[in-house]
Amino acid sequence: MIYVSKLIKAFGRRPVLRGIDLEVPAGQSVALFGPNGAGKTTLIRIIAGLSRLSSGQVLLGGQDAQQAGPALRRYIGFVSHNPLIYDNLTAEENLLFFGRMYETPELPQRIDQVLEQVGLAGRRKDVVRTFSRGMIQRLAIGRAILHNPPILLLDEPDTGLDQQAADMLRRLLVELGSGDRTVLLTTHNLERGIEWADRALILNGGRVRFDALTGELGGGHFRRIYSETVGGL
Amino acid sequence: MSYLRKVLAIVWKDVRAELRTKDILSSMLVFAGLSVLIFQFAFDLRADNVRLVLPGVLWIAITFAGVLGLNRSFILEQDRGSLEGLLLAPVDRSAIYFGKLIGNLLFIFIVELLLLPLMTVLFNVWLLSPALLLVVALGTVGYAAVGTLFAALSINTRAREVMLPILLFPVMVPVFVAGVQAVSRLLDGDSLADIVRWVQLLVAYDAIFLAAAMLLFDYVVEE
Repeated sequence: MIYVSKLIKAFGRRPVLRGIDLEVPAGQSVALFGPNGAGKTTLIRIIAGLSRLSSGQVLLGGQDAQQAGPALRRYIGFVSHNPLIYDNLTAEENLLFFGRMYETPELPQRIDQVLEQVGLAGRRKDVVRTFSRGMIQRLAIGRAILHNPPILLLDEPDTGLDQQAADMLRRLLVELGSGDRTVLLTTHNLERGIEWADRALILNGGRVRFDALTGELGGGHFRRIYSETVGGL
Repeated sequence: MSYLRKVLAIVWKDVRAELRTKDILSSMLVFAGLSVLIFQFAFDLRADNVRLVLPGVLWIAITFAGVLGLNRSFILEQDRGSLEGLLLAPVDRSAIYFGKLIGNLLFIFIVELLLLPLMTVLFNVWLLSPALLLVVALGTVGYAAVGTLFAALSINTRAREVMLPILLFPVMVPVFVAGVQAVSRLLDGDSLADIVRWVQLLVAYDAIFLAAAMLLFDYVVEE
């Protein structure tokens, strides 16, 4: 579903990604780890179409993400630590607006469904600026899944969340990640990432340094691998 | 149809948010009103000099108030990263430009609709003739077309609120010159037929910059 080949990205003369090869089949959840500046966000933004690559190729569902028209963006739901929603609209108005932009069929019913799913049905008429950080992040996830995308990209979705909100996010992600949806997420929380994903990747210095299925990794074991991979460079 | 629906969705979103907060309109209206009053005191506008100075006062009030609105409209997009939310949508990015442009035009027109009667009363000069309204509308379209593009450009710069007027005003010189000249001639009693060259200049400016902005917007917002 996501195919990345020889991906290089440089900002001016500073290379951030130095030749990433990655293949994520449909239905797989991948957690991307790495220190700040490793290139995680840049990789996710390139896959989302928010940033141009310097060279290489990104295919989504077999289509070249850089060459394809706007219609390919329908494949993607994107959540970052920035919620990408409007503070001065209500939760319902935000979803109504983004639903119109994605031409989501049966929009009113879909909005009801998504608000239930993210636990905000009772606050649908409230303006977003009155929401807590956890509620805003849940609405951001609602916005990202409203058009039912086959690919979900999550860039540090747990940043700034307390334990309770993070637990709710985990439940939501497990639900969203089931079935054929492909999920690629970045997080600094190793245990949480291992728990959420089927596969773990460590990115450092713009390259993939480690790639394994999470079923083969214990939390403590992975922490040691992470320290060795990141610290040894 | 799909393209138009998405443009209108963006306009709806901006109007809905503005109706709730009145952030943009209130600051533009207060600024425009205050600047007209300051000019009134500064130049001691009387019957013998008012027709000479009034066209400049009108365009300065529109321009400065407009900058506030243009800046605010993109700062609100930037606050929660919502501009990226728009860029992720499966829509040609020119639709985002036109949606933002129509919203900005709407807000500037509302300010003008209140500013022109206010100036008519304050200076005792009739500023609501159809010809004058046409000139103001044409100038505003050009101003908003370039302003919306440059507001999107300056939003990612460090001194974003200062950057917009620095970028925008030099490019706006043809609109100011044509606008001031046309209004001035209309106040002197000329008809629309007498100022057709200035009107043509405004129409040409609008067409060129609307087309250029539509083509350039994708590059301006892309990382």
